[in-house]
Amino acid sequence: MNPPVLVGEGLVKRFGARAVVDGVDMRVGAGEIVTLIGPNGAGKSVLLKIMLGLIAPDSGRVTRAQGLRVGYMPQRLSPDPNLPMPVARFVGLAGRLPPGEIDAALDLAGALDLRAAPLSALSGGELQRVLLARALVRKPGLLALDEPAQGVDVTGQDALYALVARLRDTLGCAVLLVSHDLHLVMARSDRVLCLNGHVCCTGKPEAVGRDPAFAALFGPRAGESLALYRHHHDHVHDAHGHVHPHPHGEGHRHG
Amino acid sequence: MDDFVWRAGLAGLGLAAIAGPLGSFVVWRRLAFFGDALAHSALLGLAFAFLIDVEPILAIAAFGAAFALALSALLGRAKLPADTLLSIAAFATLSLGLIALSFVETLRVDLTGYLFGDILAVGRRDVVAAWIGALLGLAVLAFLWRPLLSASMEEDLARVEGVNVDAMRFAFVLLLALVVALAMKIVGVLLVTALLVIPAAAARRFATTPETMAALAALAGACAVVLGLWASLVFDTPSGPSIVVAAAAIFAGSLAFQRRG
Repeated sequence: MNPPVLVGEGLVKRFGARAVVDGVDMRVGAGEIVTLIGPNGAGKSVLLKIMLGLIAPDSGRVTRAQGLRVGYMPQRLSPDPNLPMPVARFVGLAGRLPPGEIDAALDLAGALDLRAAPLSALSGGELQRVLLARALVRKPGLLALDEPAQGVDVTGQDALYALVARLRDTLGCAVLLVSHDLHLVMARSDRVLCLNGHVCCTGKPEAVGRDPAFAALFGPRAGESLALYRHHHDHVHDAHGHVHPHPHGEGHRHG
Repeated sequence: MDDFVWRAGLAGLGLAAIAGPLGSFVVWRRLAFFGDALAHSALLGLAFAFLIDVEPILAIAAFGAAFALALSALLGRAKLPADTLLSIAAFATLSLGLIALSFVETLRVDLTGYLFGDILAVGRRDVVAAWIGALLGLAVLAFLWRPLLSASMEEDLARVEGVNVDAMRFAFVLLLALVVALAMKIVGVLLVTALLVIPAAAARRFATTPETMAALAALAGACAVVLGLWASLVFDTPSGPSIVVAAAAIFAGSLAFQRRG
């Protein structure tokens, strides 16, 4: 098992009488892709925010590896049209950065051609890529992504998740991902936490897909369609919807 | 030209220099109502100044800062919608201020002057105060620029990146209280927010970065001060409203241009 970068133990968070996060233990190892999955209102985003120190838990504790840098992609950003903000400047807000870093991060996220565009003029998919670039520009040890594929069409979603998996491979960072969208995410995760307040089931994506708790939460066909999905994948779509043959033999997992 | 016009002009230009950049943040953070509530409370601060006999600008800035901090804490907790709460705070403090000042009538408080500005009342000290305040405010803004901008856009993201978001909010609210205090004699408490918001809105059309917007807002504010004072002198109109009308005219003119970025 990889050394942990982020560990949460016994986490509980109540809003009123309802425990949104109810006794969750979780760990993210270095270089590992961990996905939090669950229906709407299952406490995924709250758990992520607790893990990042944005929300204080009512009980339990979070330990992070010393000097861990986190690149965070929030669930949504609605750029104010009253704020003139070129994309490159927005990415540069992440901190004091050496020159060239901004373009490098935009390039990694596939958004270099947007560098001079005003943030408020971007489409949903473009905005997600720019947010990803901002998360990457800090050279994070952990990428925390909250529903990164929101507002992105299905082909773009697949490209985005493929990109995240590729980034993990090239940058070696851990990834903590929140999603309610089963098919595209799970295949690329090392570990899945199926959440509904508490952890319903956890493990490798295949095992979770077969778990009765998973079927109970998402319906009996969810695991099935997941398996199906993983068999007809021999090409990729980029964010612009173009279709490419699979590069670098990355499709082997879907064989 | 009389001395008082020069004093008013100089003080007004100092005010415009800080009101432009700070007003841009007011627009970006959508705090126009908040600024308004803060400005309305200034009369109460003024009453305190008479009560304990201190320099009005200091009393108003100090009282405004305390009021603004309490108000922003309340906004985070209250179940009421922000605009409702801010309206209540604005009118309650304005009315309290008016009542409090009615007790110190012996001091011959020129109420319209405080409500709408009175250039005749701008003394040498006010000019110095306006420029010290402006330069101090600009220095703080420049120093905090990147984290403040980041926190104004997305607080969680800024927090994860190590920005102390609460400290940024604190600093911003203090700056706002300072500008309200400086602006009171020149445009009056009822019109302070106009000098923050209108130049920034006019600058938006021509700006492609936050910095150019802030600089252009200062420029638009300066033009409004000069134009407004000139009109006030020529047509014998009240100075504060004249400056605000000039700013609004500049804003209206900006609408003829296409937005650039």
